[in-house]
Amino acid sequence: MTVFSTKPPGTSPSAVTSSTARPKTRARRPNRLFRNLSAKIASIPMVLTAVVIFLGGTVWTVVYSFTNSKLLPRLTFVGFDQYERLWATPRWLVSIQNLATYGILSLIFSLVIGFLLAALMDQKIRFEDTFRTIFLYPFALSFIVTGLVWQWILNPEFGVQSVVRSLGWTSFTFDPLYNEDIVIYGILIAALWQGTGLVMCLMLAGLRGIDEDIWKAARVDGIPMWRTYLFIIIPMMRPVFVTTLVIIASGIVRIYDLVVAQTSGGPGIASDVPAKYVYDYMFFAQNLGQGFAASTMMLLAVAIVIVPWAYLEFGGRKRG
Amino acid sequence: MDKSPILTVVQPAAVDRLRAGPQGKRPRPAISGRNVMLYGALGLAALYYLLPLYVMVVTSLKGMPEIRLGNIFSPPMEITFEPWVKAWAEACTGLNCDGLSRGFWNSVKIMVPSVILSIAIASVNGYALANWRFKGADLFFTILIVGAFIPYQVMIYPLVIVLRELGIYGTLSGLILVHSIFGMPILTLLFRNYFVSLPEELFKAARIDGAGFWQIYFRIMLPMSLPIFVVAMILQVTGIWNDFLFGVVFTRPENYPMTVQLNNIVNSVQGVKEYNVNMAATLLSGAVPLIVYFVSGRLFVRGIAAGAVKG
Repeated sequence: MTVFSTKPPGTSPSAVTSSTARPKTRARRPNRLFRNLSAKIASIPMVLTAVVIFLGGTVWTVVYSFTNSKLLPRLTFVGFDQYERLWATPRWLVSIQNLATYGILSLIFSLVIGFLLAALMDQKIRFEDTFRTIFLYPFALSFIVTGLVWQWILNPEFGVQSVVRSLGWTSFTFDPLYNEDIVIYGILIAALWQGTGLVMCLMLAGLRGIDEDIWKAARVDGIPMWRTYLFIIIPMMRPVFVTTLVIIASGIVRIYDLVVAQTSGGPGIASDVPAKYVYDYMFFAQNLGQGFAASTMMLLAVAIVIVPWAYLEFGGRKRG
Repeated sequence: MDKSPILTVVQPAAVDRLRAGPQGKRPRPAISGRNVMLYGALGLAALYYLLPLYVMVVTSLKGMPEIRLGNIFSPPMEITFEPWVKAWAEACTGLNCDGLSRGFWNSVKIMVPSVILSIAIASVNGYALANWRFKGADLFFTILIVGAFIPYQVMIYPLVIVLRELGIYGTLSGLILVHSIFGMPILTLLFRNYFVSLPEELFKAARIDGAGFWQIYFRIMLPMSLPIFVVAMILQVTGIWNDFLFGVVFTRPENYPMTVQLNNIVNSVQGVKEYNVNMAATLLSGAVPLIVYFVSGRLFVRGIAAGAVKG
């Protein structure tokens, strides 16, 4: 673009900041602060959000988690008292256990089901759009809707259990939402129904990004299809798997609406999750300190997932 | 091969090919073991995904006596729309018995301004980040993106305080602000990536012609980026409509969005459970995002893919 190499007098040198070409002769340098003034003004909402809400809010919560705030936030520091109390509360332990069970199973199943569906969809099938539409539509629905539908389907009086019993298998029991021991699996079924379509879509995009020649080469070498998938395609899709993993994982920590709609945390506290614990302590139990401590633990859980990923993804290179 | 007579005249090579017999891959039979397995597996999966929708529709069209007798998968013997009417206009939450319609209109009142505001802010942000980078811009952007991964529970209480200080806690405008804030990371990323992908010469040419920040935005960038605006809109409409947590935290009961009201109707402990009304209400709440989804089709996929893969 030789046309642009000589600058007309109308454009000030500072104006074209995004371009790499810097004019050699610099006349009068305008005040740095007022450079790009409109852009700076336009970015005020972003800067405020990033600094005040995201950074400030997080720091605020972490700081107040070391206080004994009850009804109102107060700055009376009590050290790690809130955390000690938190980890001595059975309800918190139940919710952590639930999160772990739900999280691990949901990760495994979403990845496996999502990948299998994507692999099936990638076989140059007919009606691909129809199938995609069917697999993905639950993702458009809210967790509330998802939870309520599955609450109804898993209803032991009218739902799956009663249908199977009416077919003749009278001792059949499947009542996850009313059984403390397996309630979290009931939630898992609903969550998988809602979320696997997204994983399928991401995986399918990844599969489509793989060079056709890889497949041809594998065929020439006589490698069976499942081995090609397992040992060639999946390792090649590592970035897709990693991003999917991060997306699923950050969704898992947040799980809240689904539990509220499907079981309200019940029976008893059997299906409680950290997000619900936080909400209840902040807005019902009027025990803000506990809520802050619990939410800080959630933050820590996310950090454990995100930091290694960010390090691996962006650590080597300078820019993200 | 009905064109072979012509080919004989024009290309002798083609004749050799024809004489050599059929070439290329043997056409696959329509029904093979492989296809049966493939479509069988896909069909089964599709059935599992469709089942809840089917159950919702079927249940919402039955009367309560039929529900108590029959099983949830059987189609209604007598179709009745009464549950729908009741869900829309009569279902009770607490003391109010005016149905989901109140929540629906609240949701509309929340969604429309939130979508407009969040997209306006994020598109300008993305544009500034792509074309007018100033010192420190990338730092704020990084904070914003990292912030997208922070659990909302960490930030809601400080936000409650901020909104209370501004005097809009519990009002619709407060919730609209909250949606704009939390929509910002993903939308800014979406717009930034899109604007970066546009040819830089366009921007430079406009600069040389003397256009400023807003002029370039409104007269060059905006008209060129309609698709990405549609994608952002799909993302926000479904996201805001489906939100529950912010609705329950940041509004008072008279302003509850549809999802919150739906949950209150269905999970209320008093009274007889009317499953058909519940399912009609659930379908009504899911209708808006479902319509958006079915109408937008591939754009929806593009939206979530753009939001997810690059995030």
